[in-house]
Amino acid sequence: MTNSTTNNTSSTIKTAKPSTQKSTKVNNTMSSTTEKVALSLKKRHQKENRFKAFGLFSVLFGFMLVVILLGDITSKALPAFHQHWVKLDINYQGDWLGIDERLSGYELTKQLKGANFRAVLKNSIYPMFVDEQTPKLSRRDKRAVFKLFSTNGEFTIRDALLASPEDFNQTVSIWIKLDDDVDVYLKEGFALGEAGLRINEKQAHWVAKLQREQRIESRFNVGFFTASDSREPELAGVRGALTGTLLTMFVTILLSFPLGVAGALYLEEFAPKNRITDLIEININNLAAVPSIVFGLLGLAVIINVFGLPRSAPLVGGIVLTLMTLPTIIIASRAAIKAVPPSIREAALGLGASKMQVTFSHVLPQAMPGIITGAIIGIAQALGETAPLLMIGMVAFIVDVPTSIVDSATVLPVQIFLWADSPERAFLAKNSAAILVLLTLLLVINVTATVLRSKFEKK
Amino acid sequence: MNSSLLFATLLCLTLLSYWFGIKRSINVAGGSEHRKELTCLPEQFGLLTAMVCGLPALITLLIFNSAEQFVIELLLTKTLPTNVQTLSSIDLGLYLNNIRSMASSASTAALTASLHASGDLAEQAQLTAALNLQHLFEKSSWLKTALVLIIAVVSVILLVSKFNLTFKARQKAEAIVKALLVASSAIAILTTLGIVVSVLFESIQFFKSVPVNDFMFGTHWSPQTAMRSDQVGGSGSFGAIPLFAGTMLITFIAMLLAVPVGLMIAIYLSQYASAKLRSIAKPMLEVLAGIPTVVYGFFAALTVAPVIRSAGEYFGLSVASESALAAGLVMGTMIIPFVSSLSEDAISAVPNALKEASLGMGSTKSETVVKVLLPAALPGIVGAILLAVSRAIGETMIVVMAAGMAANLTANPLDSVTTVTVQIVTLLTGDQEFDSPKTLAAFALGLMLFITTLGLNIMALKVVRKYREQYD
Repeated sequence: MTNSTTNNTSSTIKTAKPSTQKSTKVNNTMSSTTEKVALSLKKRHQKENRFKAFGLFSVLFGFMLVVILLGDITSKALPAFHQHWVKLDINYQGDWLGIDERLSGYELTKQLKGANFRAVLKNSIYPMFVDEQTPKLSRRDKRAVFKLFSTNGEFTIRDALLASPEDFNQTVSIWIKLDDDVDVYLKEGFALGEAGLRINEKQAHWVAKLQREQRIESRFNVGFFTASDSREPELAGVRGALTGTLLTMFVTILLSFPLGVAGALYLEEFAPKNRITDLIEININNLAAVPSIVFGLLGLAVIINVFGLPRSAPLVGGIVLTLMTLPTIIIASRAAIKAVPPSIREAALGLGASKMQVTFSHVLPQAMPGIITGAIIGIAQALGETAPLLMIGMVAFIVDVPTSIVDSATVLPVQIFLWADSPERAFLAKNSAAILVLLTLLLVINVTATVLRSKFEKK
Repeated sequence: MNSSLLFATLLCLTLLSYWFGIKRSINVAGGSEHRKELTCLPEQFGLLTAMVCGLPALITLLIFNSAEQFVIELLLTKTLPTNVQTLSSIDLGLYLNNIRSMASSASTAALTASLHASGDLAEQAQLTAALNLQHLFEKSSWLKTALVLIIAVVSVILLVSKFNLTFKARQKAEAIVKALLVASSAIAILTTLGIVVSVLFESIQFFKSVPVNDFMFGTHWSPQTAMRSDQVGGSGSFGAIPLFAGTMLITFIAMLLAVPVGLMIAIYLSQYASAKLRSIAKPMLEVLAGIPTVVYGFFAALTVAPVIRSAGEYFGLSVASESALAAGLVMGTMIIPFVSSLSEDAISAVPNALKEASLGMGSTKSETVVKVLLPAALPGIVGAILLAVSRAIGETMIVVMAAGMAANLTANPLDSVTTVTVQIVTLLTGDQEFDSPKTLAAFALGLMLFITTLGLNIMALKVVRKYREQYD
């Protein structure tokens, strides 16, 4: 559009007839400049369009990155939400269990707890895999058969029998989990012999047989949310890490919110403008940009080695994350406090309120929406933080769900880091699913921030 | 009573004393109808009483808890046989650890029983020490409970006895609150001090065994130190140049992606984009900025690195499975929103008159941006880039997961390099004794990291401040 209008003006100038000598001269120089401009215009507009296209491309590139990142993780995570189970006919024979067949009642339950369920499982499953191809299972075959099922199969059948002891000496159908290698094989439809697939031809044949007999079923993976970490991918879940995260965040919020708000209130409302205040201000700004891993070093050297707090505990993790997020919260809170109009302070002071009453009854409530938003941003940052927690030992393999802030625990981001190191292919999906859980948590936090803010602002 | 129970009790006492303060002040006034005669509101009396009850006791509890372990072990070491006391600090630490685990795992009765059963003299000494430790802990627990509760009650009684009609409860309470506010803002200084002191102290320890020059200018990094003095090939060398070079290589790759893309996004969103595009693009950038770094690390290690590797194979290049390129590109992605939001701030801070003048003279939008806006916003943009570089240098999880462990001195982005942060994590995870040079090296690296990022931040602030003076 600009192109055509400029062309028009330049052509009208050219066609205008010069009346005097002097004006012709002027006009000549003018027309030569405008001609130059006109000639270069096309090039300049091309340049403009290129520039604009490059800008648009950058924005689209950003979108593409988000889509690829989230899409990649989601697509990898989906398989982890369901899991394959297999129906086995388990024969609870007394001599396989290693107990007297005539037992019953209390004596039976007592003995069952220590009975040999692995033998029951093995003896029950081996006959299922004898066919014309393998009339008799060799020792190696037996091992291969046993490896098709999750290692906690024997505990599943034990719990089933303990729940209904009348099945003793009976044959019952019980669902147990398949091993993670088989699970991955069924989910991803690999060709045999492909890298990362740890199933041989015979095992694949047996799995196909189980499928033909309709013994294999895919179910929603409840265990992912109710189990803790495990070396076996089919048994591993995020509950322990999630609890650790919640405990750590509990400590972080409890410490960082009051401390941050108090610090901001002092600096904005009370602090005299002197060198010490300046020093604190510069300090806070610098702390906000210190790499998080340095806070981990501080935690290790001071909180653990000097004060002797327990390693790996959510308490220490919470303190370290508090120190890390405090600058963010203080900076955001100060901005919110600064935005409260001075007239409110002056009105309250004029009515005889003390400085402290003005601050806590008038300034703070007014600044609350901004403070809460800033605090939540800080908390969200702390929630995804990993590096400082590695330093203070929250990186251990922990199976138990932590129950207090001084128990050994791990957090969700660290769990993701640990699983990413595991060689088992099934952990890839588990890990992506754990990332989705973490991102969902972050989303919930951010949405809460937005909702809280709009609620406060309406008031 | 253990600490958490004690804390809960203290909380109850504090609430109780709030109520007690109110009651007491009304009593002093001579009944609820005379409450107007008090200088301050009864609630203010209550608040003051609660604070006086809770705070000194809480501070005592915290100090006691932090000193408890140290003092008890000092006392325990004094009672140990002399041949144990003269052990080196490492062996003594192991011995104490042993006793600690014995004391925490078995009950007093079980320990006494095994003491009687044992015939070995050394074992008897250990069991006695473990019993002693349990005894000391029990005593200190009683002492702690008594001390905290007595302090809480006595300070309330002392305060309440001073109540009268003209008692300035509000002023006193406000003074305490103000002190608390000052203390909270001082935490920032304490944190910095803590970082500097702890990192510097451990680094000085490290530089006692490894000369500073060897560390700063050595080109060979292999921190494996010998476990035994006669072991072969485990002397450990701490030349940090390969780590610095690796950090710079990855940072450079990240900046190569983040600066042009981030800057162009900032320019496009502030100069060209419609309001609608802006309203979609801003949350997109927030998503990129909000994704935890461990997720980026996972993405780099398990998606980007294999893609780059197979692409390299397609072109006949040998690419390390943990190439600097993968880590750098993903780190660049992480930094894009950082660069774009800071540069957008810088661009929008340029006075509109400059932009309008340029457009009025007939220059195109892109000419205005390149020849007027960017030069005017340059200090702000340089500040943003410096801050982004400092972010990239300090970034840990992406490089821990996607960059290698081997300290190669190379400028080839397809090779595997290691960084300062990777080595800190590698040196400090797992069980190590605290005073070996291997562990201390992590603190020396931490010191370097702290100094570098601090320097970059101060430089960025200076640049930005100088720019501000031009237009204000």
